[in-house]
Amino acid sequence: MASGVSRWLTATVARVAPATPHGRILLLDVPGWPGNRPGQHLDVRLTAEDGYQAERSYSIASSGDGETVELAVDELPDGEVSPYLVEDVQPGDQLEVRGPIGAYFVWRETQDEPVQLIAGGSGVVPLVAIARARLASGNRSPFRMLYSVRSPEDAFYAAELAAIDDPGFRVDWAYTRHAPEAWPHPLGRVTPESVARDTIPAADDPLVYVCGPTGFVEAVSHILVDLGHAPGRIKTERFGGA
Amino acid sequence: MAVFSRGFGARRRESDPKLPPGQYLTADFPVLSAGPTPRVDTADWEFTIVNGHGERTSWSWDELMALPIEDVGTDIHCVTRWSKLGTHWRGVSLDTLLDAAKADLPYAMAHSYGGYTTNVPVEDLSNGRAWIAFEFEGEPLDPEHGGPARLLVPHLYFWKSAKWVRGLTLHPTDEPGFWEQNGYNMYGDPWKEQRYW
Repeated sequence: MASGVSRWLTATVARVAPATPHGRILLLDVPGWPGNRPGQHLDVRLTAEDGYQAERSYSIASSGDGETVELAVDELPDGEVSPYLVEDVQPGDQLEVRGPIGAYFVWRETQDEPVQLIAGGSGVVPLVAIARARLASGNRSPFRMLYSVRSPEDAFYAAELAAIDDPGFRVDWAYTRHAPEAWPHPLGRVTPESVARDTIPAADDPLVYVCGPTGFVEAVSHILVDLGHAPGRIKTERFGGA
Repeated sequence: MAVFSRGFGARRRESDPKLPPGQYLTADFPVLSAGPTPRVDTADWEFTIVNGHGERTSWSWDELMALPIEDVGTDIHCVTRWSKLGTHWRGVSLDTLLDAAKADLPYAMAHSYGGYTTNVPVEDLSNGRAWIAFEFEGEPLDPEHGGPARLLVPHLYFWKSAKWVRGLTLHPTDEPGFWEQNGYNMYGDPWKEQRYW
């Protein structure tokens, strides 16, 4: 792992699929990709024909061995890389990736504790990688995911999450602007009451992974600490900037 | 071998010779943290340096404020690729604190409220290159940016500028801190792009 990170690898876009009104899923073929753990990220480097380059980090939705890497990218209005990945890039196009990166915000199959995943917006990507890894493994630890989105159409992997049929894995939703019809809860940001209702209680001492925009992660992690979760049991990943 | 991304480059960020390789300019102040933001009251705050003889030198918040305070104008560079140019901070020079603590070993481990650590050579904390900073752009440092006080070592990637700092321990060898055990570089020079292992 140490030596692999610094090397840029050529990635060829294998498939693109719309995911949300502003987001897209990309499958990349990356010969030489060393595999990655669920929760890790990678760097993407784009080079224009005149040599201009831009680099950004993206969470990986896939994990394990294999040379196909899945990304889910949300277009940032003021961005330069995300609009290219969401609007412009097509199958056959090439870019470079480096990774995997990060050894902290990861889940390992050998963990035998309850896990609570909490996502805001496109922060769900590394948590989807973790969810997929848990479902694909023999691991039967209780899992629960709370996913906060503006509206149902803004959810990445909505169909896949809705289709999870595992008695040990529950998905809860929170909507800030629009909810499906007959949604029983108020719209808005998560609150101490909603987090208490929709997550594994602190008494069960879950390991909690929180990923999303900085404001969301700050708010959620404060609520969790107030609900009695040990700060050391809360792993966070924040994103901001374009 | 050059790999070109077809059609990329229509939207470009402002570039600047003060920007290290792979970085982009931002007007925001994004956050990189591994866990919840600790809530630290200045009434309980303490900063301690433990030197190679095990001698502890501590400062309360009021004692820190009584030391010479410097204005620092600097660029900052985060490993997650954003840079901010021309930021303004106020803080106490580490030279002052290391002198008082009779620093006698070449490597420091910075410890933070919340349990995080990062390793920095003492040389990089010396000679007017590092501060305990408690003010950013004229305001008390926000908790999510490391308040009440953070280490400020702006010539290295910004994770080395430990948020919520509560002390330094000095060591004969360079041992990896929290971020360095989890994928980030032991030294972190942005001009050499020392991001990862």
